[in-house]
Amino acid sequence: MTQATIARESALAVLPQHCKLCGTEYPAEANAICGECLGPLEPTYPKDRVLPDREDIARRAPNLWRYKEWLPFIGEPVYSKETGFTPLIEVPRLAEKLGVARAWVKNDAVAQPTLSFKDRVVTTAINAAHALGLGVIGCASTGNLANAVAAHAARAGLPAWIFIPEDLEPAKVINTAVFGANLVRVRGHYDDVNRLCSQLADRFGWGMVNVNLRGYYGEGSKTMAFEIAEQLGWRLPTAVVAPMAGGSLITKLRKGFGEFQAAELVSGASPRLYGAQASGCAPIVRLVESGAATLTPEIPNTIARSIAIGNPADGPFAARAMVESGGWGAHVSDEEIVSAIRLLAETTGVFTETAGGATVGAALKLAAQGRLTRDDEVVICITGNGLKTTDVVRDVLPQAPIVDAKVREVAALVAARS
Amino acid sequence: MPATLFLPAILAKLADAKQFEVSGDTVGELVSDAATRFPALGTRLRDPNGEPYAFVTFYLNDEDIRFHGGFGAKVSDGDELTVVPAIAGG
Repeated sequence: MTQATIARESALAVLPQHCKLCGTEYPAEANAICGECLGPLEPTYPKDRVLPDREDIARRAPNLWRYKEWLPFIGEPVYSKETGFTPLIEVPRLAEKLGVARAWVKNDAVAQPTLSFKDRVVTTAINAAHALGLGVIGCASTGNLANAVAAHAARAGLPAWIFIPEDLEPAKVINTAVFGANLVRVRGHYDDVNRLCSQLADRFGWGMVNVNLRGYYGEGSKTMAFEIAEQLGWRLPTAVVAPMAGGSLITKLRKGFGEFQAAELVSGASPRLYGAQASGCAPIVRLVESGAATLTPEIPNTIARSIAIGNPADGPFAARAMVESGGWGAHVSDEEIVSAIRLLAETTGVFTETAGGATVGAALKLAAQGRLTRDDEVVICITGNGLKTTDVVRDVLPQAPIVDAKVREVAALVAARS
Repeated sequence: MPATLFLPAILAKLADAKQFEVSGDTVGELVSDAATRFPALGTRLRDPNGEPYAFVTFYLNDEDIRFHGGFGAKVSDGDELTVVPAIAGG
């Protein structure tokens, strides 16, 4: 029985796919690569699908499945039904720092169950694996995806094989291992892990969420755009700043905003999209800055390990999304990342990991360059939680004083700080 | 120089093999050898200008050839050349 046959007989089916570059059509199967041009595949949505209106969506449960008509399935989801609909928080004190009219944080640092936006993409990928009859899932990961695959697989009762660079932050290793997954640390950078997993997907026939299920996985990212639009009151911001690793998120944000515009659920102009990277690994930003035809890969060297992808698969698409939307890219140093983590925490109450520091740092840089202006309404996408990368801020935060349990000692401290 | 070319499943059907021996002094020559023997495979491995596609990465003994001169990278006896289509981030 072929995978496509299983998909048709399952209560949940995935849509067929087509090549994003040459348009060649493919059946629903665990394949993310075009056999004609090796371009990436993406789901093909039926032209006659019936779309909900605002009221229909508003009546649905607060999770990402409220947008199910824009996700690549026929039928109801089987796993991970609670993911999504994270808070959109207005942050006036950060808006003031940026010099913009209004600013919001889209807070995927509290995404469920693993505190990063990767819960979104794993939600669609694990349901695709089920629909395609794949009994084992896995991934190549810089950390957050490992956490998400391990947790979603544990909840579903599926075995998982997860491959990470050997030098990941301890919290990200622990937050994967605790779920009982088969966790393997690979000597080398993420790009080495990526290559290995591409070969493993072929060898073992596993559902590697960001390899052979990539086309279905990526669609989960669109829900961040859908939520931003709905939570703003069915309108679009003027600008969005998001981190870039492989480059998929910013590409899918553009697709998501565009799909809501096409469905006439929102009015107004498309937001300008701005991508953030760490200076120690910024191949997509440098592609935008140079205007070159092809991306030059880099060897990562940054504390922002979750976005340290030197050979980003969606880099050219991300660059196009930024430039065509009227946006741009910015990269920031490791020192600026740490400083921005603290600024976000101190002005918004949101503790983000290094990728979020890069995003806020890039927003500050873009504002200083005049690319974000006083008329802008800006959404900053915070995609991961600071509790996973406490090592980068531990040594720069002030030491808390230790006192005896005496009022006069505290009074002395208060006086000293007044 | 004899070397071994490893193909992803999506391309292996064009050569009826996931791996086979190729010969050349550079990666470009290895690819040319494969393209001569399997013309349908050749158009998937390099564009009309003879360059690698943006969405395909070649690894020579686990090293991305773009850090070693691209198709001009020198090949040694017994090297392994692996073709890997781009995949998503993580």
